[in-house]
This record gives sequence, C-alpha cells and structure tokens, in this order.
Amino acid sequence: MSGEPSPARVATTLEGDRLIAELGGAWRITDPLPAWADVLGDRRPRAVQVRLGSLERWDSSLVRFVHEIERWCREHGADCDVSGLPATVRDLAAQLTHARDTRVPFDHSHNLLAVVGVAATGLGGQVRDFADFIGQCTLGALGLLRRPGRFRWRDCFSEMQQCGAMALPIVSLISLLTGLIMAYQAAVQLRQFGADIFVADLVGLAVVREMGPMMAAVVLAGRTGAAFAAQIGNMRTGEEIDALETLGIAPVEFLVLPRLVALTLMMPLLALYANCLGVLGGMFVSASVLDIPPSAYWVETQTIIDLSDLSSGLIKSVVFGVIVAVAGCLRGMQCERSAAGVGRAATSAVVTAILLIITADAVFAVLFNVLGV
Amino acid sequence: MNPEPEPRPADAAAPTTPVVEVENLECRFGDTVVLREITFAVRERELFFIIGGSGCGKTTLLRHLIGLLRPAQGSVRYFGQEFTEADVPTRRALLRTFGVLYQSAALWSSMTLRENVGLPLEQYTALNRREREEIISLKLAQVGLSGFEDFFPAEISGGMRKRAGLARALALDPRIVFFDEPSAGLDPVTSRRLDELILQIRDSLGTTMVIVSHELASIYALADRVIMLDAGARGIIAEGRPRELAAASGDARVRDFLTRGGEKV
Repeated sequence: MSGEPSPARVATTLEGDRLIAELGGAWRITDPLPAWADVLGDRRPRAVQVRLGSLERWDSSLVRFVHEIERWCREHGADCDVSGLPATVRDLAAQLTHARDTRVPFDHSHNLLAVVGVAATGLGGQVRDFADFIGQCTLGALGLLRRPGRFRWRDCFSEMQQCGAMALPIVSLISLLTGLIMAYQAAVQLRQFGADIFVADLVGLAVVREMGPMMAAVVLAGRTGAAFAAQIGNMRTGEEIDALETLGIAPVEFLVLPRLVALTLMMPLLALYANCLGVLGGMFVSASVLDIPPSAYWVETQTIIDLSDLSSGLIKSVVFGVIVAVAGCLRGMQCERSAAGVGRAATSAVVTAILLIITADAVFAVLFNVLGV
Repeated sequence: MNPEPEPRPADAAAPTTPVVEVENLECRFGDTVVLREITFAVRERELFFIIGGSGCGKTTLLRHLIGLLRPAQGSVRYFGQEFTEADVPTRRALLRTFGVLYQSAALWSSMTLRENVGLPLEQYTALNRREREEIISLKLAQVGLSGFEDFFPAEISGGMRKRAGLARALALDPRIVFFDEPSAGLDPVTSRRLDELILQIRDSLGTTMVIVSHELASIYALADRVIMLDAGARGIIAEGRPRELAAASGDARVRDFLTRGGEKV
C-alpha cells in the first residue's frame, strides 16, 4: 500500500451568501470524520456548493456527509449544489434520501388487551397441544407393546446411559447435601428436647417420601429435559423432523418414545439412589454433630421407613420421569425454527417440567393422604 | 457529466496490485488432505470465482481465506500483509477489511435488520446513533430493502435474507467481500437480481469480490476470472476467464463443468 492516506477534511470558503465546501482526504467509515455542524459553525449561507478537493478515497461515510448537507439545506431553505461530486456519490446520496422516506407498513406494536387475549387463547392451545402429545405418546406406547421389534432400543439404551449413569455425580452431590442440610436443621431443634435420635426419622421419611424423588426429578428436568428440548428443537430447525414426517415415520415413535421409556425407567432408580445418599448425609451429620453412632441411626431409619413410604416415593418418581420426558420432547417438537427458538424451547422445557412436578407432588400428597398411604 | 476523473472508492493500491495472494496453501482435516498447492491472486475490483463440483473443497478454501480454518501450510496475504501467521491486532485490522455473505445469510435471528446491519457500525465506528441509522438506511437501500429496518429475519423471504446478509457484509465498506454460494436456495429470478446487485456494488464502491459458486449462470454473468477446483486432483485444475476455458481448456473436466457436459452455453 502506498503511504498513509490523509484524514477526511472539508475546506470551506464563503462567497457572499454561498458557502463552497471542498471535500478532500480519505473518507473511511472507521476513521474519525468531520461533522457538518462543526464545519458550518455560526454561518448560515443561502446556498451550499459541494466540490471535490483532493479526494483520495471514499466510502459510505462521504455519502452520509453529503446527505447531511442536503438535509441541512432542505431544512434551512438553502440551495444545494452537488453537481461537482462524482455521479456515484450523487446517486448513492439520492438513494439514501429516498430510503429515509421509505417505510414498509408492518405493525410490531402490542395492544395490552390483544396481548392478554392472545396469551389466554395460547394457554388453551398449549393445554390442547399437551393433551394431544400425551395422546400420541400413549398410542405410540401401545403400538410399541404390539410390535416391540420396531422400537429403537439402541437409542433408548443410549438415552438411558445419558440420563441415568451420566447424571449420577450431580444427583449424588445434590442428594447428599439435601440430607445433610435437613439433618443440620433438625439437629438444632431436636437437641433442645433431647430427641436427637429422631433426626433419623425426620430425614429418612422426608428423603424417601419427598426429597429424594423430587430432587432427582428437578436435577433431571434441568439436565435431561433441557437437553431433550434442545436436541429435538435443533432437529426441527434443521428440517430433520420434516424429513421423518415426509417419509411417513411418526416423530413421536422415532424420537420421543425412546427418550420417554429411558427416563421413565431411570428416574425411579435415580430416586432410589438419591434416597440412599440423602440418608447417608443425615447419618454423617448425626455422627459428627449429635454423636449418634451410624448403627443406631440406621436401626432408627429402618424402624420408621416401611415399604409404603418407599413405594410412594418410587411411584411419584415414575410419574416425574414421564413429566420431564414429555415436557422436554414436547417443547422440542414445538420449537421455532431459529437459534433463539431452541433456547426458548430448552428454557420452557425446564420451567414446564418443574411446574408440573410440583403440581403432581401436591396431587400425590392429597391422594396418599386420602388413601392412607 | 463530470469532467474530472472520479476518485475510486477503493484505496490507492495500483490496479495491478493483488489484494489477495494465496501461496502454496494446503488444507487438511486431520490426516486427510482436502486441497494442496493452492496458489492464486485476486486483483483489486475483480469479480473472482472459485468454482468446482460439489465436495471439491470450495467452501473449505473460502473458510481458510477468511481465517475460520487454519491452513496446514502455505500463506494467505491481504494487501501484501501476511494474514495466516499475523499477530492478533494485525489479523483483526485485516478482518475489518472483509465482508462475508454466508450461504445461509447467517443473520442473527433475535435482531432486526437494523440491528444486524448496525452491530458492526456500533462496534467499529465512532458514528452517533443518527449517523449509524443513515448508514444502515443506505446499506439496506443498496440491497433494495429500504423500509424493512424493523423486520426480523424470520419475517422476510430467503432472497431478502440473502440481501440483508449482503447489507451487513457491506456495513463497514469492506475492500473485499467473500460470498459462499450466494445463489444457493434462490429462484433464478432472485438469483439474477442478486448477481446484478453484486455487479452494481462492485461498480459503485469498487469492492473486490471473491465468490464461491457452481451456478453457471452467475459464473458467466459476473466472473472476471475463475479458478476451478477438483475433488480428485485436490487442487486447482484451471484458471482463467470462464468463456475461454469453456471453449478452449485442454482439460475435459473443465470443459464438461463449464458446458454442463457438452451443452451449448
């Protein structure tokens, strides 16, 4: 490249009421540029003539500057003469002036009532979509029972590994800490009444009936539900699901059922594992803070927990597994065809799953109370 | 109309100076050599095409040229400055002289066209909001999208997205614009309009264009010069003007490609 280009400059001369502006130097959009208001100062000419000085190079910044001069002249009723500029600059400046006056009508505004109405009908639609999706999954599952050979076992095993074995570290940590925290809180209160040993009862029952299945489900909603939504959403964006549909393959059977079966099978196992780790956390606190020997803690835990407690937790965890899988897959299938859509699908999958898990847990609490379980 | 010779929008580099120089470039994926001994130069204001059949490495070569992939060996120079081994500031400065139109347009879906075109201006210029708005209007006008500033990419057609992508590529008035299959997914009429737009921008702004394509209509309509890549040869098998190559290339593969297997062009 030959030498450094000189900066953009405007030399002005006032001839009576006429201002002559000579444009020179290199006009580059990324460099500092003169502003017309600064060039003009206090002067208010009746006519402006724009000429070429020693112009070295130019780009859109020059076109914009000429447009600014023309606009100033229009606003102040001054004559503007740009005939001394290259034809391309004049054409582009005219194009810019025209563009600033052009608007394509498109209403992006939001009326509050309309937004509320759309959201309300959207909610109804969402419930319908959810029911429709559950129906499709049920039909697919019935078809699977009739023809188990068509089921994609390989995908299912791979998902089982992903949502089961690979989730063990995070489930371990969360469950252990949950048991630990509950035991600490209980220890402080129960110690005042000399009822230290009942920490085992409290932690054991709370973990096995509620916290174990719940924490495992919440972890999987964030980890696996979001992954399902993102995977399937990405497939929707890349037209992979359209390809399945046009081949006459039901996406629910191909994509959803393997994930649904995998998570439904893995969730109770993870809940069981979370129960063990929760009890272990409580045992650790009891031994270290309350000086309760682990053997006594274990005997107390065995005394308080019976099969109905364990089975009620496991039944819930199966339902939670279905909820997480259905929420993840449904949001993935509903995903908009854009990167932002995939992000929204993943977020929505987690929110939906957690909301439904809590709701289902409340329903179970009432149901088990009525049944005396 | 204008008695004085018009200053060129492009910089003061002499017309014969190559703006892109590729020397002995080798592109690999692991142990697999995709392209080797790639040497060519692109001159200022040239409409330069990289052509060849599917899977011959056109896009791979382009991705090496714009620094998304690192060559196994060889060098790429822009305006005489080394790009491949350049330090970070030099590399960034050179990257600002490029514009790239990707095959899918690659517009940011969560932003309006105004924001898409405005982002490079916001990042790399000292323009105030109103000045940026004017440049955005100019760029969108140049690609025929005046008035669509507040539309999101999902609200416009595929051809419009391509043009919006071009407006974004032109935002900083780059000296070189790279195109990856600009006609891909467009109907013939839209594709021809995009070709006309490319030509018009080259003529008005003096931008050098490097275009990856296998669209014969675009190649014949636009190309000043082409290089042809071949998957078997893993390199360049022809270089020159497309019509001359179609008529007189000594390589049957080149003639076949440029005449669609013998069809009269």
